[in-house]
Amino acid sequence: MNYEAVIGLEIHCELKTKTKIFCGCETGFGAEQNTHVCPVCLGLPGVLPTINKRVVEFGIKAGLATNCTINQYSKFDRKNYYYPDLPKNWQTSQYDLPIAEHGWVDIDTESGKKRIRLTRIHMEEDAGKLVHSGTNIKDSATSNVDYNRTGVPLLEIVSEPDLSSAEEARAYMEKIKAIMEYIDVSNCRMEEGNLRADINVSLRPEGSKELGTRTEMKNINSFKSLEDAINYEIERQTEVLEDGGHIVQETRTWDPERGITLSMRSKENAHDYRYMPEPDLPPIVTTAEQIEAFRKELPELPDARRERLQQEFGLSDYDAGIITSTRAMAEYFDAMVSEGADAKAAANWMMGDLSKNLNAEGKEIQDSPVDAKRLAQMIALIDKGTISSKIAKTVFKEMWASDASPEQIVKDKGLVQITDTKEIEGVVDAVIAANPKAVEEYKAGKKKAIGALVGQVMKQTKGKANPQMVNQLLASKLDN
Amino acid sequence: MKVTKKDLDNVAVLSRLSIPEEQADKYMGQMDAFLTYVENLSGVDTEQVQPTTYALPMQNVFREDVVKPSLDREAALSNAPLKEDGYFKVPRVLEE
Repeated sequence: MNYEAVIGLEIHCELKTKTKIFCGCETGFGAEQNTHVCPVCLGLPGVLPTINKRVVEFGIKAGLATNCTINQYSKFDRKNYYYPDLPKNWQTSQYDLPIAEHGWVDIDTESGKKRIRLTRIHMEEDAGKLVHSGTNIKDSATSNVDYNRTGVPLLEIVSEPDLSSAEEARAYMEKIKAIMEYIDVSNCRMEEGNLRADINVSLRPEGSKELGTRTEMKNINSFKSLEDAINYEIERQTEVLEDGGHIVQETRTWDPERGITLSMRSKENAHDYRYMPEPDLPPIVTTAEQIEAFRKELPELPDARRERLQQEFGLSDYDAGIITSTRAMAEYFDAMVSEGADAKAAANWMMGDLSKNLNAEGKEIQDSPVDAKRLAQMIALIDKGTISSKIAKTVFKEMWASDASPEQIVKDKGLVQITDTKEIEGVVDAVIAANPKAVEEYKAGKKKAIGALVGQVMKQTKGKANPQMVNQLLASKLDN
Repeated sequence: MKVTKKDLDNVAVLSRLSIPEEQADKYMGQMDAFLTYVENLSGVDTEQVQPTTYALPMQNVFREDVVKPSLDREAALSNAPLKEDGYFKVPRVLEE
């Protein structure tokens, strides 16, 4: 039997507020353990939490940017469970009236665009961090807890189970990441845990409408782990079903070192979070006018920007898609264009040499040694005819290794294109004299033979001759 | 008796309590008494009453996103039964 995968994601996105969601403690990453804590986030008796206004603003903006309906009456609830990363024994979250619901985003798949529905977006507090004494949670007799992260504001973005493969799940998470970056509510640094996903995976016979039993994998914090964990889980469940077994509904942990998922075997069979309204936090009431005001503050979003790059600059859908896939890429492109670079050339260099070099060194575009300004200056040199596209590749390499301006590099390395007709003519004459065979072929009607001659001229001028001029000169000399 | 042994066991697990077998009947009886007492409320006519979540007529109580000093770490850890290197130390989290 053929099975199809049904996948849903719960993405936790840490917001870039200065302070925690219910107290004035700092949110910065990497501080000494338990130095960003206070009576409120430690859950000491008698404290009164107060909602950070920015969190509500960010929640509403995230909802609007993902086509959600904003709940004008929203409230917080207590989600009760015992776990040492949670000092109060409940997580302050949202249950039945989340800030936003019923949204969607579009992703690119092999068979075209696919709409992924969002169930909801709710606001909640992050939990603390456990440092285990052993190698993992299971073999540790004790664990140490750092509550710095406790109370850092999160948005939990819940998708419907509309995803059918690891690739789609990745494309969806990349889209959510891009949107959150564009609207500037999160740093989305996955290596710092700003963006983490819980994945639900189940299988069902192809074409069936019924959902199978699902398993959940928590806290996946890289795109690679996301894809690997889903692929592994699909394979594992397929084997279990093909052997006539049944899937146990459970939480599994992804072990990236070994590339497998493992059962967490929790004693608590069914979760019973006993949600109750948080009595210490009055409800959030938002007017339609306030929502519209937030909508007006939203920047151009990835899909709209992609559309614009095609309309305005004639970029292909593919190129525009890649360039707008992260905010940093889109800003790099815009910076080049505003420096006067031709948009298509800018796109080509970004998709070509720049991406190649970034990938080779595992760098993000914001850390590129060649910034948008210098790359735009280099493209201007090509446009002016100072250098050829071929020489530009050499200039790019030099820029990658030094801070010099492209003009300086061209000057220092003597890379200026030869546009002096006399100088090129001399080389052309010499090449014609030295290659009688190619000349003969050309004259006999084999026009392609001119290529070999052009190549010779370029070689002798070390690529610095203007190729069009070489072509013209050769043709005019041979044709007469 | 509305409260079953299964209910009692479930509540005990959720509350991290261990209830000796011989006391089960006693606690089931007490829980039953609570529930019977609370059930009096269902006798009240609430036809004309709006559902309420909050006791006070308040909404939109916010604070600005401004940093306030955190606790000194020694003070934060001062009530912890176990601590280590500036961490709160806790016993085994998951059973083997």
